[in-house]
Amino acid sequence: MVGWAFMAPFALLFLLVFIVPILASVKESFFRQVAAIDEECANPLYGCTTGSADEVVTSSFVGWDNFLYVLTSEMFWSGVGRVMLFGAVQVPVMIIASLFLAILIDSTIIKRVTVFRLGYFLPFAIPGVIAALVWTYLYTPELSPISDVLGWFGLEVDFFSTNLMLWSMANITTWTFTGYNMLIFLAALQAIPGELYEAARIDGANAWQVATRIKVPMVRGAAMLAVLLSIIGTVQLFNEPTVLAVRNGWMGPGYTPMMMAYNTAIGGQISPSGVGPASAISLVMAVLAGLLALVYMLVQRRLAK
Amino acid sequence: MSAALRTRRSTKVLTIIVLSVVLIYFLFPIYWLLLASTKSNAAMTTSNGFWFADEFRLKENYETLIGWTRGFFWRWVGNSVLYSTAAGAVGTLISVSAGYAIAKFRFPGRAASVGIISAGLLLPIALLTIPMFIVFHSLGLTDTIWAIILPSCVSPFGVFLGMIYADSSVPTELIEAARIDGASELRIFADMVLRLLAPAMVTIFLFIFVATWNNFLLPLMMLNSDALKPITLGLYGMMSYFDPTYGAVMQGALLGVLPLIVLFLGLQRFWQAGLAAGAVKG
Repeated sequence: MVGWAFMAPFALLFLLVFIVPILASVKESFFRQVAAIDEECANPLYGCTTGSADEVVTSSFVGWDNFLYVLTSEMFWSGVGRVMLFGAVQVPVMIIASLFLAILIDSTIIKRVTVFRLGYFLPFAIPGVIAALVWTYLYTPELSPISDVLGWFGLEVDFFSTNLMLWSMANITTWTFTGYNMLIFLAALQAIPGELYEAARIDGANAWQVATRIKVPMVRGAAMLAVLLSIIGTVQLFNEPTVLAVRNGWMGPGYTPMMMAYNTAIGGQISPSGVGPASAISLVMAVLAGLLALVYMLVQRRLAK
Repeated sequence: MSAALRTRRSTKVLTIIVLSVVLIYFLFPIYWLLLASTKSNAAMTTSNGFWFADEFRLKENYETLIGWTRGFFWRWVGNSVLYSTAAGAVGTLISVSAGYAIAKFRFPGRAASVGIISAGLLLPIALLTIPMFIVFHSLGLTDTIWAIILPSCVSPFGVFLGMIYADSSVPTELIEAARIDGASELRIFADMVLRLLAPAMVTIFLFIFVATWNNFLLPLMMLNSDALKPITLGLYGMMSYFDPTYGAVMQGALLGVLPLIVLFLGLQRFWQAGLAAGAVKG
């Protein structure tokens, strides 16, 4: 009983913030919001005392319509395609780069590594929106020293073009999270018992063999977790495309599925709108994220054998 | 011997070069943010992009920033401080309490709690924002500080860390000895457990504080009033102004991340500890 008392505050808030919303959105996903004419307001004699938008929106039960809409929406699937392509390239690049940097820093080839460890991790302190804002300016040719440098080599790169946009975003995400993942790998590397290295040295292993035969396998658990969290993060990609879309109208309101869900909930740009269809998008995305995570874990397990 | 030494030196030089180039990649945008916040729009296009311009417009940009945000700028920073601190403090306390319950007590639903928290670690939080909006809207809590603070308090990762730390650094014998001395459960928790878990609490606080500060989608959905916006939302609005003074926006960004950078560098060993616990046990 005492145990429950200590558990209760968290459990109650968890219920309010996670469980109830999930149930509510499952229910809402079977309803669609229509801006209906308020009977009383149709007659000017009665007058309208309140003007809140919620009061003229009515919800009606539509069965599986919202899900059918999402599953047949071209905007939804092109968004899904974009985040999948993004994830298929960005996640491996980031994880391999983090692991490589962690192994270099852990290798004791150089003694003073604090400045590197801290410097790599620092971007994680920059909120995603602000990182996207700074990089947006760094991608703008008139403002950016990067364009100046590229210009010395006669290169002219349009970071905002339809072909490059996804990779410009991938760079922002990589910049933000590589150091974070590196620290996770570094912690896992430092937990490897010294006797393993000792044994490898006696067997005459060189540094490369130590790295590939001991270090990489020993951080497998940490790597798996990092990849899983990155996949889940990619599915929900929102901040970077939202900021970039401010100056790149062509990206539209549904460049990623999470953007589409937000703009559907808020209304104005996508039809049908409202929390009903938006809930359906969120639920379909959650199922897709779960499937992706499951596939990844199964592939991992098969590879491990 | 000398050949071996030579390779070792070249390996060392190569490693330093690689690590330094990577360091420039990570730090350059922050350095450039500092430069840009002192430049006028004209200087931004004409001056050397790697150094300060001749005219130093830090003060003018600051005045533009304050003018444009109609005096709300420091209010937004203050809101971020309030939300992050409140969520961090409450979130840490309930996480440690739940972690302690799981680590040291046997109660019905304990196994289920562990399962839910492990699943919660992998939950796509942003996808939950729209469902949260539905519930908070029907409770009439949208556009209030509770719509930000309550969701931000709930951290499965915090409970996970609390569980690991309570398991490893609160000796069961000590709790039992205190019980024999007649101390109440609440007293044991408040006087003994919290003290033993103090370093863990700093780590959990940091994680929740930074996650709250960085959150953008949640305030974007929940808040309407300018007076309630956190700095991330305020800057996003500022960016979309027509023809902005870039230096002023950049200065806003700089001032908006400064508190985080200070926390980061000042408390870095606690980050290391939290990530280590997560990496090794997870």
